[in-house]
Amino acid sequence: MSLHTLTIHELREKLQRGNVSAREATQALLDRIQAVDGKLKAYLWLNAEDALAQADTIDRGGVARNGKLLGGVPIAIKDILSVDGQPCTCASKILKGHTSVYDASVVQRLRDAGAILLGRTNMDEFAMGSSTENSSWGVTRNPWDLERIPGGSSGGSAAAVAADEAFAALGTDTGGSIRQPAALCGCVGLKPTYGRVSRYGLVAFASSLDQIGPFTKDVADSALMLRVLAGHDRRDSTSVPQSVPDYTTTLGAGVKGLRIGLPKEYFIDGMDREIDAAVRAAIKKLQNLGAEVVEISLPHTDYAVAVYYLIATAEASANLARFDGVRYGARVAGEDVIDMYGKTRGAGFGPEVKRRIILGTYALSAGYYDAYYLRAQKVRTLIRQDFEKAFERCDVILTPTSPEAAFRIGEKTDDPLKMYLSDIFTISVNLAGICGVSLPCGFTKSPRLPIGLQVLGKPFDEENVLRVAHTYEQATEWHKQRPPL
Amino acid sequence: MQYEAVIGLEVHVQLKTKSKMFCGCATEFGADPNTHVCPVCLGYPGVLPVMNEEAVRKTILTGLMIGSEVARFSKWDRKNYFYPDMPKNYQISQYDLPLCAKGLVEIKLNGGATKKIGITRAHLEEDVAKSFHFETTSGVDFNRAGTPLMEIVSEPDLRSPDEAFAYLTALREILISGGISDCDMEKGQLRCDSNVSMRPVGQKAFGEKVEIKNMNTISGVRRALAYEIQRQTAALQKGEKVSQETRRWDDATGRTSVMRTKEYAHDYRYFPEPDLMPVVVSEEMIAEIRKLLPELPEAKRQRFVKQYGLPEYDAGVLIASGTLAAFYERAAQGSRNPKAISNWVTTELLGKLAEAKKTIDECPVKPEQLSELVSLIESGQISGKIGKEVFAEMFAGGKAASLVVKEKGLVQVSDTGSLDGFVEEAIAKNPKSVADFRAGNKAAINFLKGQVMKLSKGKANPQLVGEILLRKLEGG
Ligand SMILES: [Zn+2]
Repeated sequence: MSLHTLTIHELREKLQRGNVSAREATQALLDRIQAVDGKLKAYLWLNAEDALAQADTIDRGGVARNGKLLGGVPIAIKDILSVDGQPCTCASKILKGHTSVYDASVVQRLRDAGAILLGRTNMDEFAMGSSTENSSWGVTRNPWDLERIPGGSSGGSAAAVAADEAFAALGTDTGGSIRQPAALCGCVGLKPTYGRVSRYGLVAFASSLDQIGPFTKDVADSALMLRVLAGHDRRDSTSVPQSVPDYTTTLGAGVKGLRIGLPKEYFIDGMDREIDAAVRAAIKKLQNLGAEVVEISLPHTDYAVAVYYLIATAEASANLARFDGVRYGARVAGEDVIDMYGKTRGAGFGPEVKRRIILGTYALSAGYYDAYYLRAQKVRTLIRQDFEKAFERCDVILTPTSPEAAFRIGEKTDDPLKMYLSDIFTISVNLAGICGVSLPCGFTKSPRLPIGLQVLGKPFDEENVLRVAHTYEQATEWHKQRPPL
Repeated sequence: MQYEAVIGLEVHVQLKTKSKMFCGCATEFGADPNTHVCPVCLGYPGVLPVMNEEAVRKTILTGLMIGSEVARFSKWDRKNYFYPDMPKNYQISQYDLPLCAKGLVEIKLNGGATKKIGITRAHLEEDVAKSFHFETTSGVDFNRAGTPLMEIVSEPDLRSPDEAFAYLTALREILISGGISDCDMEKGQLRCDSNVSMRPVGQKAFGEKVEIKNMNTISGVRRALAYEIQRQTAALQKGEKVSQETRRWDDATGRTSVMRTKEYAHDYRYFPEPDLMPVVVSEEMIAEIRKLLPELPEAKRQRFVKQYGLPEYDAGVLIASGTLAAFYERAAQGSRNPKAISNWVTTELLGKLAEAKKTIDECPVKPEQLSELVSLIESGQISGKIGKEVFAEMFAGGKAASLVVKEKGLVQVSDTGSLDGFVEEAIAKNPKSVADFRAGNKAAINFLKGQVMKLSKGKANPQLVGEILLRKLEGG
């Protein structure tokens, strides 16, 4: 068995025993990347020398054997997180050549846990997109079908983990950017509760929605990664000072007596037949394992996409204002400073980013604020209350992650609205600030593409979400499937 | 037609905190460009703000001093506009829920009457960087970016440039006394924008409002308003309309000119700052801050007049700065003549400080040392004139008064035996003055007194010299 196919917990056992060195683990991944990434294009930046040097330091210090949670484990990082000394472009031309000058808090946590920071993965520019086609540096391909998209915006991270090019990867989820690509690539993607993981060092798209989370090969690894990433951070005022449970120890508690809510608004006529069948089979499986099923209602679901595209773009219009060519990144000279701003931003941002900045600027403008932004915030509260009420009747909620499996490259690029609908099952979760995970629950027949099951939980109840996901996963074989590369 | 001015002021005050509003960088003034910066105050990708609690406390303290309603729930907002001195191209500020609402500042008018000026609000925000323009390029110094900045907005209650001047002076006194800010306008610690409109006397409705920017001193504000009032009045009297616009004051030419018209007014697109939690102010916190309330300037002035027997004016000079007032009170403590101490502080001490370009904090003479000097004079051990010499020496070397007196042999000559000789000599050398005196010109004695002082090298006790002279002149 080759090293690169291992999960983190399998690799960790070998590293702890001294059967494998951090250098060997890193080299195995580098070889795998060498072999397949030419086809996939999951990575934007990789420094083999640097990764091996980090591994050697860990091997010399005996870090892999001292019980640290990620001692000697190489991790890939989405190109939107700050790693001191590494480039960070957010897949945008406007940050071409920009090198980060500090570590994001999650990166610091990975380093403290003994991880090796492997390389940077592709994404939709500034995390705006659902297919990774909006990257300025080229599209990443789905490992299950190279003609198809990997999902987005964290498509590079999802593809890398699914194709065994990384043991785990960090992504960010603003409206489904971790869960949707995890579903489309057939791996496990976790979006923690808003405030569970520090956002310091995450280049903001929509500050009130963004959250960092891991892509892993199974649920146990997801729990392990969350244990490393979660916790209060003084540098992020929205991170919550709440203790972090050991998610790995409660995984095996089973689902007996647990109440699973099925929102009737998510199981509608006209949904893709294969996805519907796979999710219903998963529900049946969990019932057989002892869970109770209750029907619930999330009545404001229909408004989620509209609310999301007002709030997210409004915040983005301010968050992306700093990319002006004055202090860092690309600059296009102009007649005067206003002209320089226009030329720099005109050349630096791609069409989807521009579309959203314009939309957000409009939503905040004098005379429109009340009708758009303020109204959207009010409906957001209603959506949050929907979940609060629903969770009075159940412990977790089950839905499909995505209304369809991976689509073809270019299929939706001309129709932004169609693209926005890829996230209809994931967006409400960010608006409500709750947590959710996507894990494999089957395949479409032809072509054979992964289907994702979404498990949602109450705020800060990642424990139950991971427990349900783990119980289901251990009773199935889906997570062991590998793409034919 | 008679017109009256309606003036409101927006004052920006840099708070005296160790670190910036949303990061840990120092707020020190005058450092090399871009040395007090970090990823947060440079607006690097991915950074987040963390609120400086001390700045919030100082804003609440200000609110308590001016009788504001302190908000129990306040929040942060983003104010969006592009400018190279704005690292994020939005400023974190407070829009609809400021920390302090309402309030009053009492001002003194010429002639001694007082007037209450309403405060609309006081809120907290971050300062911007500073742009520099060179021949072909421009540069930005981000040291100032992120400095805690409090904006205090007055009601349009002011009616003349003098009232505006008095308001700024009073506000400055309050802020200094509370340790909120040093309010040094030269360092940009206090900046002021003004709104001014004209209306016919007796009319309730306001006229078209003009905003004036770039006034860098309190007297500059007075001059700019005087110019603007005259400009608008002249226009109105000619039947022209005053247009709503922003104008820039040029202190050198003494004129204002159009900066931007109404059509180019910014749409700041305020919205709640998602990176910061709302500020919840508890009753306990307010009670704690209330303990820090300093004596208000007006109350302190009254106390100085009563407790130390000082003239209003002297008391006003002393309380203009909290540290100066504290210096005075320490020096006056236990002194038999607090009025004399006040004279020394307001004339010699402030004069020497100004000459040496030093602040009272850097004063080499300690309050206790000044107190000793004054008591040496009071007890007749040295003359007032010698006292000034001693003070200069103390200021230069930081030595105690008694030490300077001893080292230089400056003790006043008070024994009649040695003074007799000087008096005899003066009488012998100046027969004309002696004759004048005897002829009835009593003032001639002063010249002779001066000669005796000269002969004694200033050390003679002047009172004693007068007595001996009189005795000898009248007796002989
Ligand atoms: Zn800083």
